[in-house]
Amino acid sequence: MASTSASASVFEYAPAPESRSVVDIAPSYGLFIDGEFTEAADGKVFKTVSPSTEEVLSEIAQAGEADVDRAVKAARRAFEKWSALPGSERAKYLFRIARIIQERSRELAVLETLDNGKPIKETRDADLPLVAAHFFYYAGWADKLDHAGFGANPQPLGVAGQVIPWNFPLLMLAWKIAPALATGNTVVLKPAETTPLSALFFADICRQAGLPKGVVNILPGYGDSGAALVAHPDVNKVAFTGSTAVGKAIARQVAGTTKKVTLELGGKGANIVFDDAPIDQAVEGIVTGIFFNQGQVCCAGSRLLVQESIQDELLDSLKRRLSTLRLGDPLDKNTDIGAINSAEQLSRITTLVEQGEAEGAERWSPSCELPSSGYWFAPTLFTNVTQAHTIARDEIFGPVLSVLTFRTPEEAVAKANNSQYGLSAGIWTEKGSRILAVASKLRAGVIWSNTFNKFDPTSPFGGYKESGYGREGGRHGLEAYLDV
Amino acid sequence: MSDARLSVFKTYKLYVGGKFPRSESGRVYEVTDPKGKWLANAPQSSRKDARDAVVAARKAFGGWSGATAYNRGQILYRIAEMLEGRKDQFAREVADAEGLSKSKAAAVVDAAIDRWVWYAGWTDKIAQVVGGANPVAGPYFNLSSPEPTGVVTVLAPQESSFLGLISVIAPVIATGNTVIVIASENSPLPALSLGEVLATSDLPGGVVNVLSGRTAEIAAPLAAHQDVNAIDLAGADDALAKELEIAAADNLKRVLRPQPVDYAETPGIDRLTAFLETKTVWHPTGSLGASGSSY
Repeated sequence: MASTSASASVFEYAPAPESRSVVDIAPSYGLFIDGEFTEAADGKVFKTVSPSTEEVLSEIAQAGEADVDRAVKAARRAFEKWSALPGSERAKYLFRIARIIQERSRELAVLETLDNGKPIKETRDADLPLVAAHFFYYAGWADKLDHAGFGANPQPLGVAGQVIPWNFPLLMLAWKIAPALATGNTVVLKPAETTPLSALFFADICRQAGLPKGVVNILPGYGDSGAALVAHPDVNKVAFTGSTAVGKAIARQVAGTTKKVTLELGGKGANIVFDDAPIDQAVEGIVTGIFFNQGQVCCAGSRLLVQESIQDELLDSLKRRLSTLRLGDPLDKNTDIGAINSAEQLSRITTLVEQGEAEGAERWSPSCELPSSGYWFAPTLFTNVTQAHTIARDEIFGPVLSVLTFRTPEEAVAKANNSQYGLSAGIWTEKGSRILAVASKLRAGVIWSNTFNKFDPTSPFGGYKESGYGREGGRHGLEAYLDV
Repeated sequence: MSDARLSVFKTYKLYVGGKFPRSESGRVYEVTDPKGKWLANAPQSSRKDARDAVVAARKAFGGWSGATAYNRGQILYRIAEMLEGRKDQFAREVADAEGLSKSKAAAVVDAAIDRWVWYAGWTDKIAQVVGGANPVAGPYFNLSSPEPTGVVTVLAPQESSFLGLISVIAPVIATGNTVIVIASENSPLPALSLGEVLATSDLPGGVVNVLSGRTAEIAAPLAAHQDVNAIDLAGADDALAKELEIAAADNLKRVLRPQPVDYAETPGIDRLTAFLETKTVWHPTGSLGASGSSY
């Protein structure tokens, strides 16, 4: 790891931190309702901290039920004019937003890294480019909905209540807001309590873009704010990304209503490596699959299924590769592994890992020094894992890989599908027909062959089974926001 | 009709896993026409019958979803052929069940046969309509394709006992799902007779399973069943629909809420797409340029 002797003796890196001066974080932020920043009705606030240092970044107004009501009313008022705008005009607003995001992308990348704890390498090279691309993509749909395959003149639903997680704060916002606005809906969005800042900066971008008041409303808060938003009777559409448990609660909540729902929930993705796979590339794919964003990714490849005959060779290479990963200051441009997002998440990961050991799986981490403040977890892999182990079944949402083996493709498929989830999977083999045969049998919404964790606004993303329903991205992503 | 000859009554039975069992509970209930005249006794399915039907439907899913779309289309068309030959029987049953005149019932049966033909033609086209290649910004090729959701429970419409029934089950199986259908509670006989047609149409056993009885009693365990992937609430009233939607949330079943439908009209593709998943598979395109292959 970065600060340890083994690799440090070979490659000593000088610190290369990205400058913080590009972003100006105010000491406090309000709720963004009807185009204005305002305090919460009951005056409540909460603090957001930098997970890598525990430094308090800002104090944020916390939305309560009264604020939810105010925001939904503002969105409802704005809906009439916004939905009546020619699609070409809505498109131009979205293009403006996409361009402003591109202009401010370094600022937003640094901000996101500070608030979330993920490496600047990722916010700079993955999150922010994808955010801008997503707005750019859906901007183009706004005046072409007649040709999207949903019949002539498809109509928006109304007010969308959107609740997003902390793992990709601004990217999840883009996935929610871009298609909603393109199709003529207005939005009330609740960012996660640990990562509210980029959504509030986005509110400022909406103002810069001249977006009409009330079209986008941002309500930072905890789970209760989200629950109030989902339950609000004047919300027509609920979009949620987060845990399966909350997703089920939402599905129960909306029963008997006309609210349209899309849910992007948990996963326990299988990354399947066959004996003919290019080992070095597979190792890179396994690392990307489970250590990208500290494994706090719903589509992470958290179960490695490796063909028995190459297990030793693959694990040797993988361990060697893990020993070169650099963990530390997320703002450092050489950092591979950043901080865990919160103390709460760190404790969840720790508990599950301890359970893995207690159930008899074998734990391994590279020698790794963790910073003294902040929330950190070393990259970890488990061998001797069976399908019955908790760490092979439950989503850990951290940098923890469970390794299982198989002998035949049939066994690999059976094990991969042996999960309540069905979000993602990976296939590593040089044999084209095997890729297609295995991909067709996997019950998962996104499958990467000889690659992993690739995203693109044109590509539908979403799960089978308890990973949720509905798709985000692409033409498919429009359906969630249209009355079709 | 000769006065001398006593007609042979039919014992109506369930259709589960390609077989015709009675309800394991041994229960039957009286089925009458709208005027109250006794028509037959129908099996009153139990929770256990519902669970047996799920087992049969799950067992059939691999083969049916793995069949070629062309093959599924031919089998759906075969169902239409078989029905065409038994038009008179179904016209009689529909007339009795729904209190329709002979000619109106015959028109309903014609429409139901044509509905099979409509969906038979969809099996190998829907993937091209709702799937496709995505122009990703990078050296990747990816393709989104529809896949069947899995085992689907369908509450058949209560009023339209035959055309409505076929309008809700044909789209579900056309795309490769398997189905457990709860027949119209008061008018289950056309649905139970349909089982006899399905059994002789090359449709693998278990792809369609027909249960009769009290809708609410049978639907509850199916809505809560962990091995059912989706539920169509067409035949539920508002109160039952809400209750079942809550139960369905437990394993995040896909839920199609009840909505007003005119089954006489040509359907759109909504019922086909309601029980489809989208799978997106990414492949590196590699590169033939100077930089060599790129994974």
